[in-house]
Amino acid sequence: MSGRPPFLSVALVSAALLAYEICLMHLFAVIHFHHFAYMVISLALLGYGASGSALALGQGWLCARHRLFYPLLLALLAITAPLCFWLGQEVPFNGLELFWDWHQGLYLAALFLLFMVPFFCGALAIGLALTVYRQQVGRVYGWDLLGAGAGCLAVLALLWRVAPTSLLTAVAALGLAAASVAAFELGLRQRRLVACCSLLAVALVAVAGVLLPLKPSPYKPLQQALQVAGTEVEKELSSPFGVLTVVDSPLVPFRHAPGLSLAARSEPLPQKAVFTNGDGLTAITRAAQRREQLLYLDQMTSALPYHLQPPGKVLLLGLGGGQDVLQARYHRIPAITAVELNPQLVELLRDDYGAYSGGLLAGDDLKVHIGELRDVLRQRGERFDLIQLALVDSFLPSAAGLYALRENYLYTVEAMDDYLNHLTPGGMVAISRWLKNPPRDSLKLTATAVAALRKQGVDRPGEHLVLIRGWQTTTLVVTREPLGEGARGRLEDFCRQRLFDIVYAPGVEEGWANRYNVLAQPTLADGVRALLGSDGEAFIAGYKFDIAPASDNRPYFHHFFKWSSLAEVLRLRASGGAALMESGYLILVAVFAVAVPAALLLIVAPLLLLPREAGEGVAAAGSRLRSAVYFFATGLAFMLIEIATIQKAMPILHHPVYAVSVVIAAFLLFAGIGSTLSAPLAARLRPEMLLRLAVAMIILCGSLVATLGAPAAALLPQLGLAARAGLTVLAIAPLALFMGMPFPLGLSRLPPGAAGPWAWGINGCASVLGSMTATLVAIHYGFNVVLALALMLYVLVAASFPVDAGDDRRQAAALSDPAAGPGPG
Amino acid sequence: MKPVHALLMLLLLFATACLAEEADPWAERRQGMVGLIEKNVRATRQYIDKGSLDEQVMRAMAEVPRHLYVPASVRDAAYENRPLPIGYGQTISQPYIVALMTDLLEVRPGDKILEVGTGSGYQAAVLAHLGAEVYTLEIVAPLAAEAKEKFASLPEGQKVTSRVGDGYYGWEEHAPFRGIIVTAAASHVPPPLLDQLEHGGKMIIPVGSGFQTQQLLLLGKDQQGGLTSRVVLPVAFVPLTGGPAP
Repeated sequence: MSGRPPFLSVALVSAALLAYEICLMHLFAVIHFHHFAYMVISLALLGYGASGSALALGQGWLCARHRLFYPLLLALLAITAPLCFWLGQEVPFNGLELFWDWHQGLYLAALFLLFMVPFFCGALAIGLALTVYRQQVGRVYGWDLLGAGAGCLAVLALLWRVAPTSLLTAVAALGLAAASVAAFELGLRQRRLVACCSLLAVALVAVAGVLLPLKPSPYKPLQQALQVAGTEVEKELSSPFGVLTVVDSPLVPFRHAPGLSLAARSEPLPQKAVFTNGDGLTAITRAAQRREQLLYLDQMTSALPYHLQPPGKVLLLGLGGGQDVLQARYHRIPAITAVELNPQLVELLRDDYGAYSGGLLAGDDLKVHIGELRDVLRQRGERFDLIQLALVDSFLPSAAGLYALRENYLYTVEAMDDYLNHLTPGGMVAISRWLKNPPRDSLKLTATAVAALRKQGVDRPGEHLVLIRGWQTTTLVVTREPLGEGARGRLEDFCRQRLFDIVYAPGVEEGWANRYNVLAQPTLADGVRALLGSDGEAFIAGYKFDIAPASDNRPYFHHFFKWSSLAEVLRLRASGGAALMESGYLILVAVFAVAVPAALLLIVAPLLLLPREAGEGVAAAGSRLRSAVYFFATGLAFMLIEIATIQKAMPILHHPVYAVSVVIAAFLLFAGIGSTLSAPLAARLRPEMLLRLAVAMIILCGSLVATLGAPAAALLPQLGLAARAGLTVLAIAPLALFMGMPFPLGLSRLPPGAAGPWAWGINGCASVLGSMTATLVAIHYGFNVVLALALMLYVLVAASFPVDAGDDRRQAAALSDPAAGPGPG
Repeated sequence: MKPVHALLMLLLLFATACLAEEADPWAERRQGMVGLIEKNVRATRQYIDKGSLDEQVMRAMAEVPRHLYVPASVRDAAYENRPLPIGYGQTISQPYIVALMTDLLEVRPGDKILEVGTGSGYQAAVLAHLGAEVYTLEIVAPLAAEAKEKFASLPEGQKVTSRVGDGYYGWEEHAPFRGIIVTAAASHVPPPLLDQLEHGGKMIIPVGSGFQTQQLLLLGKDQQGGLTSRVVLPVAFVPLTGGPAP
């Protein structure tokens, strides 16, 4: 096909698809729980693979009518994106019932098929453009990647300004803008009509967005709170961190005091609740008139460090609603530093609820930093008497094992090492967590602390640990110096008065471990002693949950699942064992188990259904298998490197939102440039040479990213965020630039016909499987292995480069010359 | 007896059996549920310190019509050993957990029991069936209204007094209570509820989400007013390899 490809509309539709994916992730997090979002969207992205198969099968027919179908598909994307979401809300899916009710599996399948539709439409449009304008495939693919990168940045910027529902309208608008632009780019006679219809459709979608509200799961804590008479939403704020909702309940006030001692007689002060994405309740407490009104804050396990060794300088992680600050103030701490990731929460407390909370953030005794804890520690270099992390995760997802797939850099051996390095000589780290029975978190945390203490050169880590438990929470205290006799006495007094059990403390008799909250077996206490003994490793290996310490390379603190326990856990599901299910990991495995055969089907189906000539076309470029391996490995490796690099960027950017947005945008933008450059470079070099050069550079740059990430993080903390982000982009640029070349180079080697769309589908399927593979491999072997695997895959890419039947230089010329070569259109 | 009389007697017996079956077509399913509960109890005997639950409790489980306490949409699953949604984001607990909690409370006829979180009303009905005088509070008004309606129409509901209200402060005018059951999610045990527990009484709190009970917190108040606390795991799971489920 001669003529100028519709570059701008390709970029716009690509931006719309990426924006839609991010938007869905946020909307699903609000209406369901994070991991079901992961499940549905991962599978829905197979729409890319399906588009390739469909295009391979119907390419002749579609390409002949591409001037009609290309803008039509873009318009369909625009319409189905919000429509499928609103229809999806009507599907009565309840993720919490997944292991009880088989219907939920059907609902889930319905959701994923529904959400596949917009991705299918958008991807089919891009695939059509790549097929019709195959002579300029490098540039078309380049615009596709550039658009996606821009879409990623735009949607994250927009999330600070508008609610996720409004973003749906923005996605529809982008899709319709793409359709209108396409009408102009393709010179359609009805282009003005298309533009007018698009405008009208955007207006309709916007109105519908206002009229059709979100329908969150009634099992989310926010929805349950709203069932109470008189409760009302006072404020709602949106950001990439999620939707913050402040709720007031004047008739039945919130009284959030998790793990309050059974001996407590004082009632918590009235509070307003703050929910993040409808979950993660934190409370803003009404100003206390007298100090005694805050007595209840001294009746929690998290108050222990204030009694062990009264600190002067305290660092608190997670400002939340300010309860930890109040607890520190109750104990008259003169210097409090609080670190909070979400700036909107700080704004809420300072501005909107400053008066209600009695100027919680106003005192000279308090400094608030917006950022990540380890970043603040490294940047400021200060030392503290106490570093406190109290109930950072919310209860429900934690209890259901839904955090299993989330990387967490707060509870790794390296993090604990950082905390210990920033303590004053008599300082302590105190970490409070929800109590799980049979124990998991607390044992893993203890194992992590033991590993960090050993790393610090401590021979007898047991001298530095105290673990207590109430009926609902545990608090682990790690001391820099061995626990003294005086502290031991204060510990016993503290626990006796509050009916807390001393699971472990050096020199404290074992009878304390199961004194007040009596368990049939003191499993936690036995476990801690086993971890501290000479056979700690054997204990970890033999335990039925994964309690091996997490590391920065394998940052899955919440991953407790072991395959060896699955049969027993499944058998016990209905016998009171539902809480043993580590559902986060099982969801990932289930998604993977569905995605692999679905992807295989999408890859193999065109081969089976295509007419003989088309099949022969693929064979002409080498062999079908060779092409399949090439495009599969390209897609898989791209995703693995991208995800591993996000992890490598975390210690530099220290903020998940910045790490994800900077890394993905940099990868897409520079890969887009690389793709665009592939044609002129291939004209100068032989395509094989260019591919080998690209693969060599990817391996070199990838290795540098793998090895230099951590040292760079140690050198950069003094720089500002913009400088660190800039350096991260610079580090990614050469890697991403060369990663953008293999796909268009491979496509250019394929003959006209079904082979190109087929390759597009394979690449799409591989990308979907890539994100799941990265998580699975990282959970078990760490991100370094993910990166190594990706680099090995690139060797496979080099080895399986489709064989060109004709002259390479002619092919290269065809790549750069729009007029050269036959086109399917 | 004349043959015709014998024939009539047989016909009468047949008709009675048919009528009985028609009166309670759910009885067989309920028996099946009771069988499952007994099986679970046997499996967890070393955790709950007993090989079987109290006979009266099991009889109550076998007689209270659970299907009348669940929405029509899930009625068919009423006697499955699983939690069920009852609307408003609430659930009716798994029958095994209901039986276990009831047993742990050691209810005797005439005991005054406070329930915080009426939900479907099923737990209150089981307690009332045991002869307890049940006071139940529900914070979600429509749920409270639905439960009240059921209590009015069912025999076991006659011993249940219900109202909409905040369970945090208990029900002062009927205190003290021999037993308190807190099925509503709570971040802590409200001190006023502990105050309303009589000496020698017991309080039970399931911990976890509606679809998965992680543990049961059993509080006891001794004759001197001192508190004891026991954490009961409702599952036979030894977390160390080599520790098989009994």
